Amino acid sequence: MVAPPHGGKLINRISKGKRRIRLLSEVEELPKILVPKDIAVDIENIAHGVFSPLEGFMNQEDYLNVLNEMRLSNDIPWTIPIVLDVDEEAIKDLREGDEIAITNEDGKPIAIMKIEEAYKWNKREHAFKVFKTTDIDHPGVAKTMQMKNILLGGKIELINELENPFHHYTLRPVETRILFKEKKWNRIVGFQTRNAPHLGHEYVQKAALTFTDGLFINPLVGWKKPGDYKDQVILEAYDTLIKHYYPKNAVVLAVLRTSMRYAGPREAIFHAILRKNFGCTHFIVGRDHAGVKNYYKPYEAQEIFREFPDLGIIPLFVKEAFYCTKCEGMVSEKICPHPDKYKIRMSGTKIRKMIMKKIKPPPTMMRPEVAEAILKWENPFVTI
Amino acid sequence: MNEESGSKGKYTTVSIPTTLYNRIKQLIQDTGFTSVSSYVTYVLREIVAAHEEAKYSEPYTEEDKKRIIEKLRKLGYLE
Repeated sequence: MVAPPHGGKLINRISKGKRRIRLLSEVEELPKILVPKDIAVDIENIAHGVFSPLEGFMNQEDYLNVLNEMRLSNDIPWTIPIVLDVDEEAIKDLREGDEIAITNEDGKPIAIMKIEEAYKWNKREHAFKVFKTTDIDHPGVAKTMQMKNILLGGKIELINELENPFHHYTLRPVETRILFKEKKWNRIVGFQTRNAPHLGHEYVQKAALTFTDGLFINPLVGWKKPGDYKDQVILEAYDTLIKHYYPKNAVVLAVLRTSMRYAGPREAIFHAILRKNFGCTHFIVGRDHAGVKNYYKPYEAQEIFREFPDLGIIPLFVKEAFYCTKCEGMVSEKICPHPDKYKIRMSGTKIRKMIMKKIKPPPTMMRPEVAEAILKWENPFVTI
Repeated sequence: MNEESGSKGKYTTVSIPTTLYNRIKQLIQDTGFTSVSSYVTYVLREIVAAHEEAKYSEPYTEEDKKRIIEKLRKLGYLE
C-alpha cells in the first residue's frame, strides 16, 4: 500500500479556477516580496504537498520546535526549518494578517501569503542546531549566515507555476501516488541522490528492490555546491543506467526540486519525509547521507532514525558497498569476508577526479555506458 | 492538566499503574532509553501515528485520477 502522507493529509495549496483569477487580479495591489529560486521552488513544494503537512512558511512556534525538538508544534516529526527570510525594510509597512504577493526573480507573482507572524531569529543557533556546526566552511552554514534578519510565517497559495526545465521528469505527490497504485506496487523504496550513479549506488538500489515492488529514484535538482554533478548530467546518467541494467517496470525516475542543505542526519529524516509524501513505504539511507566533508560521522544519518518511531516510512540502512576482486562482484562488509587488498572502494570523489581529467572510471566502479554518458559533457560539474 | 515547561519543551503528566511503571523500568535497563517517560513517549508516538495514518483516504476524484493517468502515459511512466 502506498504510504499515507506525512501528518495524514496531502496538502494542496494551489489556487484554481475563479479563485485563481481573482487572486491574480488582486496581485497588483498587494505588497511584494521577491524571493530567490530556491525559496520559489520550495513554495511549489509546499503547494503540491511535497512538504506535507506544511501549508506555508513556519511561524515561530513551529520554527523553534523544529530547531529544538525536531518536531512541529503538533508533535509531527520535522527536522529542517522551512522559512522565508526578509529584511526589515521589506516589512516595515506590513502587519500580521496582511496579504503579500511573493514574486520570483523575474518579478512574476508565484504565490499569495497571509502573514501570520514576523519574527527575529538567531542564525548562529540555527546553524549549530541544524548543521551541528557554525563553521562557515560548511555550505549550509555559509548560506544561513547570508540570509536576512526577519522570518515571515504564514500559509501560502500558489497562483503561478514556475518555469521547469525538468518538466518531463517532474511528478507531483498526487501523481506518484496514482502511478504506484496503477503499477500495483505495494512496497516502494525511495532513493535520494545528488550524484551520477556508480556501482555502489546500483548495488544498494538493487538490494532494496529485491524485497520491494518498485524503486523510486528521486534525484535532487536545485542548488548544490560547486563540484557536485549538474542536474542534467545526473538524469542522463540514470536514464542510461536504467535502460541498460534495470528490469522494465521496476523503476520510476523523477526529480525532486529543492536545494541541498548538507545537514546530514537531520536532512536524512527530511528526505525520508518527502519521499513518504510521494508514496514511498521504504527509504534507503546509506553512508554519510546528505553529508559534506567530515562534519558528520559516517553512519550518523542512520542513527538519528531511532528517535522517530512515528516517521511512517521504513528506513533501509545500507553499509558501504565495494567491489571485491576475490568475490568478483559488488558486496558489502556484511557479506564479504575478504581482506582490504581485494576491495575496490566506490569513492565519489575519486570518480569525480577521474571524470574531471576525462579519464573513464573502470567498470569495477562505474558502468561503461554511464561513464560515457557523463564524459560526453564538456564540464559535468556545478561551477561557482 | 499539570503542564511543565522546560528547556526541552513542554511536558504533562499521565498516570499509569505502578505495576506497569515497574515493569517498564525493568524492561528498559541496558537499553538506550534513559527513563520510563522516554520509553512511553516512544511507544505512544509509534502507536498514535499508525492510528492517525490509518484514517487517511486519497484526496483525488475519479476525474482527477483519469487526467493524471493520461498525463503519466504521455510522459512515458505508464504504458
